[in-house]
Amino acid sequence: MTVLAQQLILGVLIGGLYGLAAAGLSLVFGVMRVLNVAHGELIMLGGYGAFWLASLLGIDPFASLVLVIPGSLLLGAVLYWGLFAFVVRAHEETRVKNSLLIGFGLALALHALAVRLWTADERSIPTSYSGAVLAVGDLAIPLVRLATLVLALLLIGALQLLLSRWRWGKAIRATAEDWQAALLTGIDIRRAYLLAFALGTALAGAAGALITVAYSVSPSIGLEWTLKALIVVVLAGLGSMIGTFVGGLVLGVAEAASAATFGGPYREIVGLVIFVVVLTVRPRGLFGR
Amino acid sequence: MSARVTEERQHERRWALAILAALGLLALLPLARPREDLLNFVFLILLSITLAESWNVVAGYAGQVNLGHAAFFGLGALITRALWIGGTPVPLAMAAGAATAMVFALIIGVAAFRLRGAYFAIGTLALGEILRTTVGNVLPEISTLPAATIASYQLTLRYYLALVLAAISVIAVAALATSRLGLGMRAIREDEEAAEASGVGALSLKLTALALSTALAGLAGGLFAYYHISYYPAHPFGPQWTFDALLMTFIGGVGTLQGPVLGAALYVVLKEYLALRWVDIHLLIFGALFVAIVLLLPGGLVQAAERARGMFGRRA
Repeated sequence: MTVLAQQLILGVLIGGLYGLAAAGLSLVFGVMRVLNVAHGELIMLGGYGAFWLASLLGIDPFASLVLVIPGSLLLGAVLYWGLFAFVVRAHEETRVKNSLLIGFGLALALHALAVRLWTADERSIPTSYSGAVLAVGDLAIPLVRLATLVLALLLIGALQLLLSRWRWGKAIRATAEDWQAALLTGIDIRRAYLLAFALGTALAGAAGALITVAYSVSPSIGLEWTLKALIVVVLAGLGSMIGTFVGGLVLGVAEAASAATFGGPYREIVGLVIFVVVLTVRPRGLFGR
Repeated sequence: MSARVTEERQHERRWALAILAALGLLALLPLARPREDLLNFVFLILLSITLAESWNVVAGYAGQVNLGHAAFFGLGALITRALWIGGTPVPLAMAAGAATAMVFALIIGVAAFRLRGAYFAIGTLALGEILRTTVGNVLPEISTLPAATIASYQLTLRYYLALVLAAISVIAVAALATSRLGLGMRAIREDEEAAEASGVGALSLKLTALALSTALAGLAGGLFAYYHISYYPAHPFGPQWTFDALLMTFIGGVGTLQGPVLGAALYVVLKEYLALRWVDIHLLIFGALFVAIVLLLPGGLVQAAERARGMFGRRA
């Protein structure tokens, strides 16, 4: 019983990061109708950003978020100008298709670049507080992972605030709702696209930094995290960032439960089952708004 | 049937005959007793043709982007290898591998095709990665052929099997391209709603394309399993295989019969060359090349040739 509870707690803790990883993807897909399958590679780059800041400059990985987030924001803007600005010119169906293809090529190129820059080894950031644990009865809650869960929630809350209060946040939501109507009311939808993509990349970067401090980073985590994010988006639908966060927690718990039931090697299967079941049971409800 | 469609059909038939003639010539190659590395090299091109054409069926003709094509290649390899080493004759084992790939594809397809393209891409991507991880976890040991099989290993046999599979895939795609079925698929690719409105059953056609595509991919995977002496069972599930299929198809020309064949030949040559020169960055180059093709020359070589022909007047 304690073993199961412990596993479920760890599931919740990683689930927060699934939610954060999915939030950026959901924002970009919802606003631009661009499905960036290189999202996980952007997460990976954020992770290596934090790793470099820690190993070269000795910056604490949590503090490094202050640099990783603006850096990712900039990277997102560059990627938008260089690649995705061309994709959004096409009409919707071509747009999704081309974004999938370009994202796939980008993912492979970034993976190869990361292997070249950092080798294929797994890296993590050791800190003085890495092993700290909060003991609750028989259960042990790793403090670093708990901190990543709290930070993930804070970041998603901040994004939600930004989208509902900020002038351009409202413009982004209006564009997601109906870009033609947004255009007619005088919103610069190209700028809304740029902002959405940059924000999405910033969230990916933050997620990567948190993943690296609580777990580890290697060039091959990209596809894995893209997939987690996609499954959460299928599960939670578009539109609500808090919903996405909850979706992340659900995936984390479901994985932990299936690992406990069927054994560790089969923990990934649950994502596929969620995908098929959601589409079969509620085909229109979840991805659409 | 309009004149344009008839003309296109003749065009496809001519290409099919040309490719089959080239494959026929390649059938003579082993008679010249070439060096083994040449035979292996041509084998790789032939396997790539099957893989690229298989992706082309569902993505090029029916317009459904499959980002987990490796799942079906991998399933074909997994089942074929297990049955073949267990004593089943290779053709039977390969058929079982192809059937398994098809069944998995239809499960994903039925769930995802009711919605628009993006779901199918996500579903296939998920299937590929989840199977890769799971196979890697459950079967972490390298799979090596028994000593007796290695002792009696005949490369020529594999070579001819690859040739037959490449010919089958070219004939299948040519037959599809010139049929009403293929016409319906292309109508879905161009505009699904308009196709539905004019009486094309989109769901069943997409599923047909998917079934054909994944069966061919499963056969290619079976060939892979029959060819390699040892490999990790998770290896053929790797996203690299999907990417290979995408890149080869796009280099040549997506949604054409000859495109994937030309793309496969060019890609294998280029890859051997680049991998020798720049071992660690050739994937970076290919990734960038792929993105550039999708953005700048989405019709690949076939489109480039048409443009060139248009520029220099109609010589042909």
